[in-house]
Amino acid sequence: MMTKSRLQIPRPTARPGEEPDFSYLDLSPAGSVDKPSSDARTRDIQHLSEGLIRVLDDDHEAKGQWNPNLDATELQVGLRWMLLNRVFDERMWQIQRQGRISFYMQALGEEAISIAQGMALRPGDMCFPSYRNQGLYMYRGVSLVDMMCQCLSNTRDMCQGRQLPIMYHSKSGNVFSISGNLGTQYPHAVGWAMASAIKGEDHIAASWVGDGTTSEADFHHALTFAAIYQSPVILNVVNNQWAISTFQGTAAGQRRAFAARGLGLGIPGLRVDGNDFLAVYSATLWAADRARRGGGPTLIELVTYRGGAHSTSDDPSKYRPTDEWASFPLGDPIERLKQHMILEGHWSAAKHEKLIEELHLEVKSAWKEAQKHGTMTEGPRLDPGTMFDDVYAETPPNLESQRRRMLEVERGE
Amino acid sequence: MARMNMIEAIRSAHDIVMDRDPSVVVLGEDVGYFGGVFRCTDGLQRKYGEHRVIDAPISEGGIIGAAIGMGVNGLRPVAEIQFADYIYPGFDQIVSELARLRYRSSGEFFSPVTIRTPCGGGIRGGQTHSQSPEGIFTHVSGIKVVMPSNPYDAKGLLISSIESDDPVIFFEPKRIYNGPFDGDPEKPAVSWNSHPKGEVPEGHYTVPLGKAAVVREGEELTIITYGTLVHVAIAAANETGVDCEVIDVRTLAPLDVATLAESVKKTGRCLVAHEATRFGGYGAELAATIQKECFYHLEAPISRVAGWDTPYPHAFEWQYFPGLKRMSAGIRRVMEAG
Repeated sequence: MMTKSRLQIPRPTARPGEEPDFSYLDLSPAGSVDKPSSDARTRDIQHLSEGLIRVLDDDHEAKGQWNPNLDATELQVGLRWMLLNRVFDERMWQIQRQGRISFYMQALGEEAISIAQGMALRPGDMCFPSYRNQGLYMYRGVSLVDMMCQCLSNTRDMCQGRQLPIMYHSKSGNVFSISGNLGTQYPHAVGWAMASAIKGEDHIAASWVGDGTTSEADFHHALTFAAIYQSPVILNVVNNQWAISTFQGTAAGQRRAFAARGLGLGIPGLRVDGNDFLAVYSATLWAADRARRGGGPTLIELVTYRGGAHSTSDDPSKYRPTDEWASFPLGDPIERLKQHMILEGHWSAAKHEKLIEELHLEVKSAWKEAQKHGTMTEGPRLDPGTMFDDVYAETPPNLESQRRRMLEVERGE
Repeated sequence: MARMNMIEAIRSAHDIVMDRDPSVVVLGEDVGYFGGVFRCTDGLQRKYGEHRVIDAPISEGGIIGAAIGMGVNGLRPVAEIQFADYIYPGFDQIVSELARLRYRSSGEFFSPVTIRTPCGGGIRGGQTHSQSPEGIFTHVSGIKVVMPSNPYDAKGLLISSIESDDPVIFFEPKRIYNGPFDGDPEKPAVSWNSHPKGEVPEGHYTVPLGKAAVVREGEELTIITYGTLVHVAIAAANETGVDCEVIDVRTLAPLDVATLAESVKKTGRCLVAHEATRFGGYGAELAATIQKECFYHLEAPISRVAGWDTPYPHAFEWQYFPGLKRMSAGIRRVMEAG
């Protein structure tokens, strides 16, 4: 009999108008995955890349060895920053829709990742984020006003009008500059961490990419270097199921878990419920501890769901069921932590509503302040002459001459 | 003063800066234990250790990406890409990250990486060991592009590059690693021993970035070139008897327009020469710049001598390479035109 090879084209389980179907996701009950010592050999903990590390169960109880046993204050800090991330995003999204900024990207449904991981790392650790990690900048001290001014490209813009909205940076907060190219920051994190080890410091680096970006060469460069030199780095894959319209199966996510991508190189993988604040925190702490003790890199897959559109330029109703998020089996990270805190007696629905109200006011007042430094249509404007600064450490003669010419043209000469 | 060839001069530059500055690290394929396929880093790992002279995997994108991260963390990385022909897997990291990091973060972040890479032909390297891709990089704002033509400049420019807070791509014309080459492959190889620029101080000195050098003074025609062709241009000037001024650009970006323009205003004629392919090449920028700066001083059209617009052909290397015959013909062409 003749046989022919044929391509297998990955397809999502549901397209617009169809029933959402997450049966492809392998889930483990909360508390069921063991927590080995952070110096365990990779070959002995391969199963962690296939299971799903979860602490919070469906009844909001914290279960198992991965429970970080955070106290009430720490939980409230985590909840507050996740909520601030969400409230901020909601406001900025509206502001974009009103035409007052050109572009925005929200982290809806993924807030636990930036906040729990930000909390689990030390201030001296360096973060190389992706574009949906705005929570890291917030948690690490960038003010809402500064973030808004960046999105407005106004006179207080940290990027001086050179970057698309949301491409923040914070040297003082140890959060790298966002580039907009996908995955380029991954080898930077590995190199940064190598330098830390070369200098004999105990700082580690962490970086984030999405499921789609695992297909980029830089992903593999980073893993290779991290494995060879045992670079003290945490490499995170935020598997939010969608890369714009590209389903995670098109990054071979259906073949094997992203957490297992490093196993061939000897890099341990943790597959984690990305919407479980406690599990994310705990897994990050484990990987950080491993890196700090000379155990090298860990690849963490954070299983989550992109609750909103890819960006303000995207319309997901064209390629996925509009109600898909509601069926996502790992729920909403904020709601889950809130319910857990209520169950533990640390929180109440009333306190929650009051906090949201306070955060709305905080964001509102930040927006009022940010606009004082200029908007797209009104107020003070950046000096266009500054566009020639920072191309080099010192501006060379050809750029000085172009600056003069540009300003002449602006003046109508 | 010591006598050095270009390889020794480059090695000496590494040694000097690594000795003075513990933040300087070297990484690349075969650079450590072995000392590099061209021996430019020989002995450095023995002297400075495996943490500062790092044998990297065969991953040019990874080498450049990791070097950028190291630079952000306070190191001063020197990354060797074994052949310029292999730099392309790191192209995105160079263009989108290394070149723009300072700009996009308003100066908060930068990474002072120097990328060293042997380039050019005339060594029977075929199309994967002979390319001159400098023009691809001079088109990118935010990086400096350097190509020395002799041991003295190689050491001084490399020290300047490593000490610079800006990223630098440092092209090393490998045909002249061991001696100057006048473009005639039939002649026996010459060493740097008798060349004045083979005299190199053993200690620290710099040749500034952004400054061209007049390497032969003349009154009738200015040849603007760099790398191996500097020596071909001098030989062609001697052969034709035309009183040529030869300018070694040395730093291709940012370009020292003043030195170039001053010369062409004096001679009234200009020939631009490089080994790289002609179309869309760096020579076009040189010609356009000279036309803008010196048009009313020109007595003849600016002419170009360059590699043909083909890949580098292994068996036809000397038909491809813009050697003595083509350089001399180029000089006569300009002189005959006016």
